[in-house]
Amino acid sequence: MATRIGIEVSIALADAVKLCNPDVIAAYPITPQTHIVEHLAELVAEGELDAEYIPVESEHSAMSACLGSAAAGARTFTATSSQGLALMNEVVYVAAPMRLPIVMAVANRALSAPLSIWADHSDLMSVRDTGWIQIITENGQQAVDNTIIAFRIAEDRRVLLPVMVHLDGFNLTHVVEPVIMPEQEPVTKFLPKNRFPLPLNPDRPVAMGDFAPPFIFTETKWAQEVNIRDSRKVIIEVWDEFSKAFGRQYLPVEKYHSDSAKVLIMTMGSSGETASVAIDELRAEGMDVGQVRLRLWRPFPFEELREAVKDADVLIVMDRAISYGGPGGPVASEVKAALYNQARKPKIVSYVISLGGRDTTVSGFKDIVKKGIEIAARGSKNEYEIYGVRE
Amino acid sequence: MEKYAIYVPRLVNKEEKFAPGHRACIGCGEALAIRQSFKALDTNVIVVNATGCAEIFASQMPLTSWELPWIHTLFENTAAVASGVEAAYKAMRRKGYSLPENTKVVAIGGDGGTSDIGLQALSGALERGHDFTYICFDNEAYMNTGVQRSSSTPFGASTTTSPPGKKSTGQFSWKKNMPEIAAAHNIPYVATATHGYPFDLMAKVAKAVATKGPAYVHVLSACPTGWRSATDTINRQVRLAVQTGVFPLYEVENGIYKMSLDIPTLRPVADYLKTQGRFRHLSDDMIARIQKRVELEYGKLLEKAKHGSEKTAPGKSRAGARKISAG
Amino acid sequence: MAKPENELTWKDLEIGNIVTAPGSARVYESGTWRSQRPTYDFKKCIKCGLCALNCPEGCISPNKDGYFEADLYYCKGCGVCPRECPTRVIKMVEEVE
Repeated sequence: MATRIGIEVSIALADAVKLCNPDVIAAYPITPQTHIVEHLAELVAEGELDAEYIPVESEHSAMSACLGSAAAGARTFTATSSQGLALMNEVVYVAAPMRLPIVMAVANRALSAPLSIWADHSDLMSVRDTGWIQIITENGQQAVDNTIIAFRIAEDRRVLLPVMVHLDGFNLTHVVEPVIMPEQEPVTKFLPKNRFPLPLNPDRPVAMGDFAPPFIFTETKWAQEVNIRDSRKVIIEVWDEFSKAFGRQYLPVEKYHSDSAKVLIMTMGSSGETASVAIDELRAEGMDVGQVRLRLWRPFPFEELREAVKDADVLIVMDRAISYGGPGGPVASEVKAALYNQARKPKIVSYVISLGGRDTTVSGFKDIVKKGIEIAARGSKNEYEIYGVRE
Repeated sequence: MEKYAIYVPRLVNKEEKFAPGHRACIGCGEALAIRQSFKALDTNVIVVNATGCAEIFASQMPLTSWELPWIHTLFENTAAVASGVEAAYKAMRRKGYSLPENTKVVAIGGDGGTSDIGLQALSGALERGHDFTYICFDNEAYMNTGVQRSSSTPFGASTTTSPPGKKSTGQFSWKKNMPEIAAAHNIPYVATATHGYPFDLMAKVAKAVATKGPAYVHVLSACPTGWRSATDTINRQVRLAVQTGVFPLYEVENGIYKMSLDIPTLRPVADYLKTQGRFRHLSDDMIARIQKRVELEYGKLLEKAKHGSEKTAPGKSRAGARKISAG
Repeated sequence: MAKPENELTWKDLEIGNIVTAPGSARVYESGTWRSQRPTYDFKKCIKCGLCALNCPEGCISPNKDGYFEADLYYCKGCGVCPRECPTRVIKMVEEVE
């Protein structure tokens, strides 16, 4: 019987990776992902995890080694953060069209400059268009569960795409949370053996990575797009299977008191749990408010989002990153785009919060909801609002 | 018939691991060197290729010249990708997955992808001691993108980013010594070779791949396009490079230096430089500087080799007409 | 490839654009590039194979009589083979079209 334990989320995530029995781990340390890769090194050193641990010399090489490993047909894992994710950017772009099922945990951290080791989503936003499946987690349990789920999705023959599991740096990676660690046997049952269909193997030579002149490039990119769109069905199917096996259900968009609420707040990541407390308090005060939490970032859950907000009048979208000189909150701008052509849509207010590790408290969220309602009513000259900047 | 010590059909694999129909320039030394290198290998091989001439001319969608499993991703990560493939096979084999016997990873890249942008990944892979071979096919510039200088471009050479002019005499720095850098990582095997001495090249590639642990082979590959020379002179040029001491052939086995050729008197470097248009602008003064430098470096190399084990006797050359495979 | 290249649809592509036919480049007629071609005086050929070993295209192999001859489908006319031939079998002549 799986027990509920108090465990640092990084350690729990590494233990979840262990349960999945990866073959190769290529890792480069960067705050705040370090505890994940350190614990994995410990597990390998003690013989508890039978994997090749490659302590690469940079994140670019970490993802590159993952490409080689996944291409050879091995179950592959890495983890990074912020600057590391930015450094490996070109390699991240390559993994998806080459259909290599790599799983990567990203401890979300602000991108420099100035240097910040604390959490925000600027690194997450820097890989939006890379074609990876991206799952956002809000607490330790979700991080553990979705790491296991990530391998299952990535290696599914209908998908064969790399998957990122996002968790907030420090807010999750370095906190002790109550987690039910799944046991080995059900995980082994849940994760079939990795069978990449066309691996690098002298018995059946293949050439991976040919270059594409203009006559064929468009076709390769459309094939990539169709593939990631079609993967949505598989992701939902896997989440359902996980729920049957482990009793915890995940959905692309999760609702919290949002079914009839006229005012909705939308969050992504660990700040969502704080926002939920604010929602509880506001509802106790009599306000008709609810929350929508984005779990699946890519492929974007258009259907589920539209369904979740269809009856709302106001939707206040939280962002933890800024698209400078542009529409501000990236999530808000994507939500606006998703809802633009709907006959009935809520007024959308975009709020940028919690950059570089600055916490937004329960009262902060309550404040944002109230301000958001006001702005929705009277309009604003700003493209988006920023919360808590000292002026 | 006894006059000829070399009987290619008996000594060399008939199979082409690198098929014709590739789009290399006419008279490409790199294509020749790659063909010869892979003929030397009997074992199962996975090829990891950097972006560059060889990658481009062999792999336009939807075709490939390679008869071997092959992967290309980016420019500077060849050694890192190779590390991943090697580690994957190691792990999978240990866990009892069914894999072909004795599969070796061979990473190949040009001089740009090795001594410039790819140096970090190469250094990391050599330091970690992965069981793989890295072959650098050095045509002394970023040829695929139009002959721009790299750190492997020889001093004085004309390239599009080191053109001679009123304020310049061509490449301003001396060629980076990649074999020495590889040797400094204390890896079991380092060698230099060229397609002008194919049996030497093939023996060294075979030895490198058979070595347990990292091995590095640096192959001088003539490029008529970039070196501005006639297509039929590719072998003659690289042989002159060897005979003038500009590109010495040697091996470093577990730190012991061994010359592959005993050259009692080096030919003057001018003999080599005048075969190529890229050196046409050099003044006598520049040529004299190059001569001095070549003699200095060659002397240092001989010193190192003196302390090594066997030295080849005068008259006998290279690794000899050793049987490469049963063909 | 069954279909001509520029008729391939996105559905025709293998996953990851992986090429599963090794050596498929053999369909490409690189011989159209040349401006000179090798001609042979096989009486002198000792079948040493040096020309085959030094051909950048890898298109030289023994013909039905065992003499080494370039496959003109691929031969780009670089002229290296006559340079390597020890008995002067090969002579490059201008390609006239």
